[in-house]
Order: sequence, then structure tokens, then C-alpha cells
Amino acid sequence: MNNSFPHDPARLDVENISVAYNETPVLREVSFQIPHGARVAVVGPNGAGKSTLFKALVGLLPLREGRIFIHGKPLGHHLDCVAYIPQREEVDWRFPVSIRDVVMMGRYGRLKWLERPSRGDRAIVMKSLEQMGIANLANQSINDLSSGQQQRVFLARALAQEPHIFLMDEPFTGVDATTQAATLDLLDHLRSKQVTVLISTHDLNLAASRFDSILLLNRRLIAFGSPAEVLRQEHLAQAFGSSMLVTEAGTLLVDECCPPD
Amino acid sequence: MSFILEPLQYAFMVRGLLAAVMVGIICAVMGTYVVLRGMAFLGDAMAHAILPGVAIAYLLKGNLLVGALIAAAVVALSIGFFSRGGVVKEDTAIGVLFAAALSLGVALISTIQTYAVDLTHILFGNVLGVSASDLWLTVGLGFFVLLMVAVHYKQFLVISFDPVLAATLRLPAELLRNLLLLLLALTVVISLQTVGVGLSAAMLVTPAATAYLLTRRLFPMMLISAAIGAASSLVGLYLSFYLNIVSGSAIVLTATAFFLLAFLFNPRRGVLRMRKI
Repeated sequence: MNNSFPHDPARLDVENISVAYNETPVLREVSFQIPHGARVAVVGPNGAGKSTLFKALVGLLPLREGRIFIHGKPLGHHLDCVAYIPQREEVDWRFPVSIRDVVMMGRYGRLKWLERPSRGDRAIVMKSLEQMGIANLANQSINDLSSGQQQRVFLARALAQEPHIFLMDEPFTGVDATTQAATLDLLDHLRSKQVTVLISTHDLNLAASRFDSILLLNRRLIAFGSPAEVLRQEHLAQAFGSSMLVTEAGTLLVDECCPPD
Repeated sequence: MSFILEPLQYAFMVRGLLAAVMVGIICAVMGTYVVLRGMAFLGDAMAHAILPGVAIAYLLKGNLLVGALIAAAVVALSIGFFSRGGVVKEDTAIGVLFAAALSLGVALISTIQTYAVDLTHILFGNVLGVSASDLWLTVGLGFFVLLMVAVHYKQFLVISFDPVLAATLRLPAELLRNLLLLLLALTVVISLQTVGVGLSAAMLVTPAATAYLLTRRLFPMMLISAAIGAASSLVGLYLSFYLNIVSGSAIVLTATAFFLLAFLFNPRRGVLRMRKI
């Protein structure tokens, strides 16, 4: 396996995992190591298992086989160090909570059973709201938010978790330009904080230009390494198959639209 | 003044009032979770499902509340058993079990000679028959429920609002859900005395639904809901005293009146304004 950071101690170790919803595994025998503070794009066709990988990494789906280590400790040992932003938040947007309440939930993992949020927790929540440009909405209820604002609320909450590993499933799909820009800014902020970031995306250009490495997935790991190493014709052909077109000028076109609803 | 004080010269009336207010508060607080988590059907089913337990306790001359508690636990576990692995959908399992339990309860009660009166009391409550020990049990269980809600406030909020976050924070979500069900069962059981099996779902849903119309924050919603629950019990019981109607009905109808007022006139989403979906 190609590992572009062979000397750093790995922060996230995935050892030969297989994940299944029912009988047939969606992901088969996937292994990789992601070092401290790296920014990784997870790329692959629809149904390649990108979301499944993320769900396995936060423990939402059980592993059929294999093991996951974070800082050398098995998954679940560190209670609050992974933040996950699903592709579509399936929450009730009429639930009676304010935006600040939602972001504060990111701190709950650190609070003891009966403990109330401290001044420090509140300051972190406020900073996260400011980072995502929604501090002015803090006391508003979560009804009537645009989908971009909804995503920024969840990004702010993930930020308030102060995670070591940040997982985002398709954060650039179907959001407005402000949210996209805020998400990209967030990536730089997370880099300055040495947070490991994994993002799944359909945007190969974005993956090539803004990420250290690319994890190319199609039910198994096809390639993992720097964009130049991964985005080669033979790899893409394995991942995308017939939905890829190679033109005479050597350009690769991948016909892979947004996930169907 | 004498209008207020007159009923209070009867000890049974004072006990009834205290029990009714307590039940109004507990139901209303648990009701916020019922409304927000969409458990209204489950609450109703649980109320009906405790009937056989009550009937058996009655036949054996045991404590009705204990019989109700056992029945509630059995039904909650059975719902889990039948719907496990998706063999039967959960609401289908609830529907089947609650009808069966209700029938079994009525069948058992029909073997009693004075069954019409007893059935009425169990179905619609008999708040004026609250004994001193019933009152203590109600107050004790009630404080237990409130304490558990206070202790698990954050956790219940997260599992209700965002189960995915609950999982990533590694909350014991399954355990918390079962605890919530257990508290719901306890609530239904203590509401048996005042509003009965038939109407306890209303005391769970109506005050909380009213509060939902009036606020956009969870904690205020609980407080408003509790206030409405308590007020409905108080006003309802006085109405029942003066109009000589069944107490459970009077309490639920009062709560319904509060709901209608909030629905029609609340400043944010009253029907006089355009409703935003």
C-alpha cells in the first residue's frame, strides 16, 4: 500500500476492515493509515462505500472483520475525539432548540453526567459559531434555516467537539457558495489545529487541489496516496469503470453525478 | 372565596387535588418527550395495556399500582420482542398488543360482579378515591420520574434530537431509550388514579402539545407544559366537583381548552396567521 507519510506515527489505523449492512459486505478488506493532521479526500463512485466507511469509523456500523485504531487505541477508547457530519442531517428541524443549544451538544461528550456547561464550554461554542459565520443567529430556533445554514450549524457543533479527527460526508454537495467557502476556510483552520480531516467528495478537481492525499474507494481500497499518485488512469478505471471517458488529448472525464435521492 | 375553599373541607378532595396536580405535572414533563419523539401512540397503548395487570391485582386484592407496573413492563418488553429484527413493524406490534391487552383486561374485569362501576373507575380514574397511601406512592414515583429526567436531561435531549450524535458521543443510547420507556410506563401507571387508562394519553400529549405551540426551547417547553398540566388538573377537579362530572374527563377537557386557546391565539403560529410548515 502506498503511504505518503511513512515516518509519522499514524493517528488513524484501519486494519483490514469489512463492513456490511446485512449479508453482502459494502466494504471489503480495507486497510490504510492516516497520519497526524493530514487532509484526505475520500473519492469513489456512488455506492462505493464512502458513507459506510465514515459510519464504521464513528462506530455507527459494526465491523464484520478487522480493527480500527485511533492513536494506537481501539475505536471507542477515546470517547470524544471523532466528529462526524453526515451527508444529510436527519434531525427534526422543528425540535425546540436554539442554534446555540445544538452547538452546545458538541460539548456534551466532555461533560459529566450531571455537569452543566461551564463558561469555558460557552466560550468554545461562541467561537465555533463565529468561525462558521452564524454567531448572529445563536439564539434563534433551528426552524427556518437554509440548508447551507443547517450545515454550518452542524459544522460549528463538530468544531465545538474539539475533535482530533473530523469526518465530513459530501459537505460540498447541494450547499450555497457561502457555506462552501466557510467549509473550505474551516479546512485551513483545522489544519492549523493539526486536526485530521477526512472528506468524501464527488469533486475530483477539489480533491486534487485542496487535499494532501486521496483515498480512492470502490467497495475496496483502490489507491491511497498523493493526488498525483492516485489520480491515474488505471486507478480511475478500476474505480469508475464505464462511467469514465478517456479523450485523445489524455483528459479523463468521469461521469459521476450527484447521488440519486 | 368560598367557591375555592368549600371543596377543601373534605379530606378526600384535598388528597385528590394533590394527586391530580402531581400527575398533571409528571405527565406533562414526560409528555414533552412523547410529543417530540412521536411516542403518542406508544403512550396510549401502554395505558391500555396495563389494564389486565390492574384487573388481576384487583381480583387478587393486591395493590393496583403494582399490578399496573408489572403489566407495563411485560408489554414494553413484548413490543421489543415482536418487533425485533423487523419481523413486524413496531407500531403494528404496539397495535396488536394493546388491543389484546385491553380485551384481556376487560374480560378479566367482566368476571367481577360489580364490574360496571369498577371498570369505569379504572378506565376513567377515580381521583376522589385516592387513599393516603396511594397519594404517597404517587408523590414518591412522581419525584423519582422528575429526578431521572433532571439527571438525564442532556442525554435524553441528544438521543431525541440527534441519534447519530448520540452514537458518535458513545452515549448508551439503547439503555437511555429503555429508561425513557420505563419512565413513560411509570408515568402512565401513576396517572391511572386521576384520569384512568382511557385518558392518560391525553394528559401526556395535550399539555406538551400546547407548550410546543408557545415556545421554541426545550426547557421552557417542559415548564410551560408542567404549568398547563397542573392548572388543568386543578381547574378540572373543581369543575368536576361543581358540575358533578367524572374527574378524568373534566381534567382532560380543561387541558384541551388550553390547547385550543394556544392553537387559536398564540402570537407566533396562531391560525389567524399564515402557518409556516
